[in-house]
Amino acid sequence: MTLAPTLITLDALLAGQGGTVVHLAPSEVSRRLMELGFVPGERIRMLRRGMPGGDPLAIRVGESTFALRRFEAALVSITPD
Amino acid sequence: MTVETLGRTPLIALLGNPNCGKTALFNRLTGARQKVANYAGVTIERKEGSFTSPAGRAYRVLDLPGAYSLSATTPDEAITRDVVAGLRADEQAPDAIVCVVNATNLRLNLRLVLEIKRLGLPMMLALNMVDVAKKRGIVIDAAALEKELGMPVVETVAVQSGGEKALLDALDRMPRHDVVKALPLSSIEAVSVEETQREVRRILTLTTNSSKDTGNFSDRIDQVVLHPLAGPLLLAAIMFLVFQAVFSWAAVPMEMITGGVDAVGAFLGRHMADGPLRSLLVEGILGGVGSVLVFLPQILILFFFILFLEDCGYLPRAAFLLDRLMGGVGLSGRAFIPLLSSFACAIPGIMAARTIQNPRDRLVTIMIAPLMTCSARLPVYALIIAAFIPDRDVGMFNLQGLVLFILYFAGVGGAMAVAWILKRTMGGNGKQPLMLELPSYHWPHLQNLAIGLWERAKIFITRVGTTILALMVLLWVLSTFPGAPEGATHPPIYYSFAGMLGRALEVIFAPIGFGWQICIALVPGMAAREVAVGALGTVYALSQTGDELATSLTPLIAQSWSLATALSLLAWYVFAPQCLSTLSVVKRETNSLRYALYMAGYMFALAYVASFITYRIALSMGGG
Repeated sequence: MTLAPTLITLDALLAGQGGTVVHLAPSEVSRRLMELGFVPGERIRMLRRGMPGGDPLAIRVGESTFALRRFEAALVSITPD
Repeated sequence: MTVETLGRTPLIALLGNPNCGKTALFNRLTGARQKVANYAGVTIERKEGSFTSPAGRAYRVLDLPGAYSLSATTPDEAITRDVVAGLRADEQAPDAIVCVVNATNLRLNLRLVLEIKRLGLPMMLALNMVDVAKKRGIVIDAAALEKELGMPVVETVAVQSGGEKALLDALDRMPRHDVVKALPLSSIEAVSVEETQREVRRILTLTTNSSKDTGNFSDRIDQVVLHPLAGPLLLAAIMFLVFQAVFSWAAVPMEMITGGVDAVGAFLGRHMADGPLRSLLVEGILGGVGSVLVFLPQILILFFFILFLEDCGYLPRAAFLLDRLMGGVGLSGRAFIPLLSSFACAIPGIMAARTIQNPRDRLVTIMIAPLMTCSARLPVYALIIAAFIPDRDVGMFNLQGLVLFILYFAGVGGAMAVAWILKRTMGGNGKQPLMLELPSYHWPHLQNLAIGLWERAKIFITRVGTTILALMVLLWVLSTFPGAPEGATHPPIYYSFAGMLGRALEVIFAPIGFGWQICIALVPGMAAREVAVGALGTVYALSQTGDELATSLTPLIAQSWSLATALSLLAWYVFAPQCLSTLSVVKRETNSLRYALYMAGYMFALAYVASFITYRIALSMGGG
């Protein structure tokens, strides 16, 4: 039996946890995020959460690693593994 | 008509994502045959070079700024977009585009390739870093990729001698034709990113096999480098090493430069008749330019480390670690390098601010860079501290060392405060995106380091030879003419324009405790801060130079200045806008006189207030 996938935003992902991009909230930086690889269907993984306060975040997307601030990551909805 | 019948050398544009090894490939193709300038109206570097293929054909090649997409979000990307689309009036549209991609990251890199392909220009793909991809077990079928993309695909290894051969052969095979006009840019935006990415995925399934990929070694390094505790400690250790190197390794070559300049001065002094010409050559040109040129070793050592850390991929990690800290006062983590550089000299620091993409962040960084204690302030600090601060221990610290530390700290603290205020007043749209790529680590390549260092040295020496030289000559004129009258009781500089200016300035500076002697010394000190020490020597009519001067000047100023005046002058030196070279670099880097004037204005105000408070407190505590 499969449960309906739970959507969370990327900034809520724990360090070491992976997931798949589902959707990007419309924003002026969304197109750029997609151009960096945050495209629906792509695999992502949270490598490291900065300290203190968890900013910035180091995120693996595809083969690349990007540092994002939390508000940027919050634009990306994902299904966690 | 073809290109060759036109007799024109074809222009090739190298284009690709940041971190794809594009500049390394450019260096491999052109070697030292490069011209680095700025694009008109902006301070983005335009790198052009030339090379001849084994078949004997000549090419010109343009290294375009790295871009993630042609729907540009940074000034760099806008340049790339405009050149490729033939929209820049001052730039010839390229005859062919070589798309450089990182073979280990086609998933990201191919999207840009597909975007550019929609412009309908003649292009080919350079599959760079194939050696790294092979080592990792990533198998790429270049022939299949060629078929899917519909353009020639060649494998290159930019960091290896001969690694560009396949590219040269392919360029020679490329059919010659008139310049093709690019289709409008709207043809790029017409397709959604998702759709492009679907196409990338389709091509990847057909052409590459990553099932045996052993993974990215960088992750293991990052376990330490980005670790919340180990990361900052490592960063501190690296910064300490860089500082140590800048100040200790540079000491010998700096002495050699000073010695060489002094020797030439002494030679001219012996062989030329005393007169204005000798004075201009020795004191104006040699003395002035020498006092700036002496920083070349520090600048080169500093840039060696910066280029090394940049090339191996560490710098973005440093920015990552510091982003939170610097974000508190509204700076980007990327501001770390320019500010670090400014401890040697603000000029390379301000030039290094080019790596900050956000224009507002870049401007704030430039504005506060001169508040970092540059090494030109040290001779002045050393003189005043030796004369006024007793050499005794306070607890476990030496009092003189403690004062020096306070002066450094005051500069940094002042810079943070100014950044914070600028953040409040300049507004900006609140949250700035970061979107900083942390590329894979790799060993820096010697040729790239050498070429990068050579470029920095050339820029600095050109500045010394042009703008700075002109300023030095102007200051010499001001401090020399008119000469002293018959039976003068004061040293000649007292009667010069600089002297008049200094004495007039006394009205302004008396409230902060500066007598006319200090005011006069401040005028030539505008050339470079440490020149003020020499100027004080002139004012007090001492004939020694260098270390001897400092030794004989120390008791003299200890006797004639009050402690309050000395402390006030120290405070002045922490904040004052004193070096015209820095202001002229600010003007060039921001393309506007306005920001140079803003900088001079705010630093003057800050210095005056700080000196005033220091002077008054010292007086009230009996330091008069």
